[in-house]
Amino acid sequence: MADEEKPAVTPPPGNEQKPGGEKQAGSVEPIRPAEHGAPETARSQAKPGEGPRPAKPTGAVPGSWDAPMVARFKRQYGSGLEALTYLGQDYLIVDRSLIGNVLLLLRDREQFDYCVDVTAVHYPKREKQFEVIWILYSFARNERIRVKTIMAEGESLPSSVQIWPTCNWLEREVFDMFGITFEGHPELKRILLPEGWNGHPLRKDYGIIQQDQEWVQLNLGIESGQ
Amino acid sequence: MSEASKYLSQLQVGEGEQTFLDSNELIINMGPQHPATHGVLRVILKLDGEKVLGTECVIGYLHRGVEKIAENRTYTMFNPYVDRMDYVAAVSNGLGYCQAVERLLNIEAPPRANYIRVILTELNRISSHQLWLGTHALDIGAITPLFYTFRDREEILKIFEKYCGARLTTHAFRIGGCQYETYEGFERDVKSFCNFVAPKIEEYEELLTTNRIWVERTKGVGVLSAAGCKALGVTGPVLRASGVKWDIRKAQPYANYSEFDFEIPTRQSGDTYDRYMVRMAEMRQSLRIIRQAVERIPEGPIMAKVPKVIKPPPGEVYHSIEAPKGELGYFIVSDGSTQPYRLRVRPPSFVNLQALDLMVRGQLVADVIAVIGTLDIVLGEVDR
Amino acid sequence: MLTSITSYLHSNETPGAAGNMFWALLYILAIFLGLSIAVIAMNWLERKVLAHMQVRLGPMRVGPHGLLQPIADALKLLIKEDIMPAHADRLVFWMAPLITVLAAFTTFIVVPFGPTHAVTDMNIGILFMLGVSSLGVLGIVTAGWASNSHYPLIGSLRSSAQMVSYEVAMGLAVVSAVLMTSLHGTGVYGTGTTGSGTGTLSMIGIVKAQYDQQIWFAFKFFPLGLIAMFVFSVAMVAETNRAPFDLPEAESELTAGFHTEYSGFRWSLFFLAEYSAMIAVSSIAVTLWFGGWLRPFPNALTGATWDLLFSLFPGFSFLGLGALALLSAMRMPRHRMFKIQTIGLAGFGALLALIGLGLLVPPLRDRVQDIYWFVAKVAVFMYLYIWYRGTFPRYRFDQLMMVGWKILLPTALAALIATAVVGVF
Repeated sequence: MADEEKPAVTPPPGNEQKPGGEKQAGSVEPIRPAEHGAPETARSQAKPGEGPRPAKPTGAVPGSWDAPMVARFKRQYGSGLEALTYLGQDYLIVDRSLIGNVLLLLRDREQFDYCVDVTAVHYPKREKQFEVIWILYSFARNERIRVKTIMAEGESLPSSVQIWPTCNWLEREVFDMFGITFEGHPELKRILLPEGWNGHPLRKDYGIIQQDQEWVQLNLGIESGQ
Repeated sequence: MSEASKYLSQLQVGEGEQTFLDSNELIINMGPQHPATHGVLRVILKLDGEKVLGTECVIGYLHRGVEKIAENRTYTMFNPYVDRMDYVAAVSNGLGYCQAVERLLNIEAPPRANYIRVILTELNRISSHQLWLGTHALDIGAITPLFYTFRDREEILKIFEKYCGARLTTHAFRIGGCQYETYEGFERDVKSFCNFVAPKIEEYEELLTTNRIWVERTKGVGVLSAAGCKALGVTGPVLRASGVKWDIRKAQPYANYSEFDFEIPTRQSGDTYDRYMVRMAEMRQSLRIIRQAVERIPEGPIMAKVPKVIKPPPGEVYHSIEAPKGELGYFIVSDGSTQPYRLRVRPPSFVNLQALDLMVRGQLVADVIAVIGTLDIVLGEVDR
Repeated sequence: MLTSITSYLHSNETPGAAGNMFWALLYILAIFLGLSIAVIAMNWLERKVLAHMQVRLGPMRVGPHGLLQPIADALKLLIKEDIMPAHADRLVFWMAPLITVLAAFTTFIVVPFGPTHAVTDMNIGILFMLGVSSLGVLGIVTAGWASNSHYPLIGSLRSSAQMVSYEVAMGLAVVSAVLMTSLHGTGVYGTGTTGSGTGTLSMIGIVKAQYDQQIWFAFKFFPLGLIAMFVFSVAMVAETNRAPFDLPEAESELTAGFHTEYSGFRWSLFFLAEYSAMIAVSSIAVTLWFGGWLRPFPNALTGATWDLLFSLFPGFSFLGLGALALLSAMRMPRHRMFKIQTIGLAGFGALLALIGLGLLVPPLRDRVQDIYWFVAKVAVFMYLYIWYRGTFPRYRFDQLMMVGWKILLPTALAALIATAVVGVF
């Protein structure tokens, strides 16, 4: 296993370069065409621990993110994906239909061999209510990116357990908390809440003191957990 | 990624219906009330005699909905809650959270605050590892190290108490820096602690490292390869024990870790013994960092200019730190209001616990205990 | 009737051998009482010694220095609710602790506290002892089975496997000691005596053989005796399910093992049995390898002066303990809250000193001497038990089996053969 021995890229002390492909949001750098993605070393910023940080991003608008990797994806999928950067953190917004392929390519072609987290955000007012986010990290490149997709209630996503086994519990948690189903997951069931619970608590329409009264009465033998 | 497919194929082995009819198998429930599951973890074990055929973790007994609470509290109000996740490393949790919000606000803690943060966080890492060592040794049957580690951990808690009044759930940091200036004699206390605990670490090692039974119980138990670790997202000492030299403090330095000279201890075989050795070495490295930090701590303000009401601009940010247990990440989505729109905690214990099944298959019941101990999980963080 | 009672006083046989039922019964009662006190003392000592090894104080609240803690615990256990699981086999569940406790106590019938201080002297004493003490496993297995619960079941399975495995090595080690009773050896291994060496299985006979051969069997045929002794003392820890072989009740794995479902008085019977068994196997070890009741150097240091000196030991050690208690009483905090405690400790010290003075009285002194030496030797083994517990992690089941079958058994076998060879040639 070659990558086993390979240590993460560690910046030499005093190096002001932010490792990995991060870029300051709202920086003066103009949006460049994707084909001429900035070389890895050029995309840098002050480390969070050192030196003065650039001023607050004006208007806090995510800038676009250029990288050879993005260019490759753009070439392949065109408008199905959008690459942005915000506060030095890069992310891709990928169409739901492409997500399985993109994640697989990210792992195999772009060496994102570690899935840090899978999570979701609920926007009840939007037409497509859910954003599902994968946070990925590449040991080889020492780079962290996020992949985001937007989906509506009732839709489902392909499970990425086959890509990163760690997604097993993470997807179960997303299912538990948001009710998002992942197709092809080996056993998609609740993980933190008990089996048989009604409702998905991290949805915005689920109140903070709301609970499944029926479940509580049936299983705990008490009137209410409040 | 053969490890991933290997893991997946193992998932299916023995999970079918027909195996449950085999009279040779015994299903036992370990936990949620069990002396060695470190809280309220329930592991359903399928045994063939003493051999483990499969496990299933049932978690959530300590679920408090931290992420939901975050959405209903302001950024400042939520700060103490993060201490209650990994309650043995509350300072690390606080550091991760404060830095994530700072990143969202695009502000920077002043240097002195960073030094204080590093000292306290590393002290906390030592105390977390000490607690781990004591309980892990207790699980394996050595009852004495527990008392030694608790005796020495007490000194750290005393420093915390003197600094901020709390011992366990410290709430030591604030968004933008630290709330409290160090007390009179803080540096002296920390230095004397370093001198006090260094020989104590040798003492723990004397009790265990070459103890024949300890070595037999831990060598080759719960092996997790580097590829397995990466596939399962396992981080922290567990990852480093399988030979991956990866520590967020070095890979993507936060606070002012880049200013310190320290090493990432690694071992190669990824078994329980190596994880033990890695953590012991980490304690020494933490001491090294603390010593440097105490020497160089600058004067200056301890709070950055933070608005009275924290209203980060809309946007989202992910920030992670190297907690004693692994990568602790905070993913915060702001909608421009005073409350996080969504706050996701990436808990190292939760993700690491997932590897339990792979690590104990084919081993004996006693190894399950050893492996639960060596993963160093805190159920408060697993369940949040 | 009265004559039969008094006539025994001049006998130099055990009451069993003399056929004196009254004295036999009296001895049994005395042993039972002594054993109960020993278990109580052991309970307190284990907590204190272990606590001091672990940088803590141990029981300090109930009575001065926690002296009354075992009594408080016993009281608590007695009045505690006696829970029997709903699906347990009631009869077997009820019988299991009794079997264990009976087996543990019965072994003491043949334990020789002195040349006449044993209930009886069986000519198969050591066999009887091994046989009865291994009956204890029956109680453990039935307890595990009757509880109708998983953890006790696994605990009892482990226990039976463990006991069966270690009994083999233990038996072989015992045989090599028994061999030594009839072998004198030659050359460097010669014991240099022509004393009796008739070969015996009687516990008293074995000690007498050590006296006649002028050597403790632990040091005979050096290092063969030591090896056999070592094998035995490892196997006996495993036999009694103590750390580092405490798998049947491995707390962190099986909660409490075979007695998980037991509570209150029934549980305390298991506790009593465990400690009695510890004392019993230690007694075997002392009898076989460390000269039983013999005082140190009974042949080398003879004469009236040495006899007197050694016979003063029991009295003086009690006096010493009493002085220690009095010293601790003096060091108690001078506070009215500690008044009763201080008085209690001083009283306890005075009691010990009184016993010590009593033991200095000549007739008692001579009678008690052998008991004292026997108990002192057993106490060393008991201390070792505590020390092991404070030091070692627990073996895993397969490793335990490996140690038993692959290390101890061949070692014991080799020691046995070597003993035979060395002894005959």
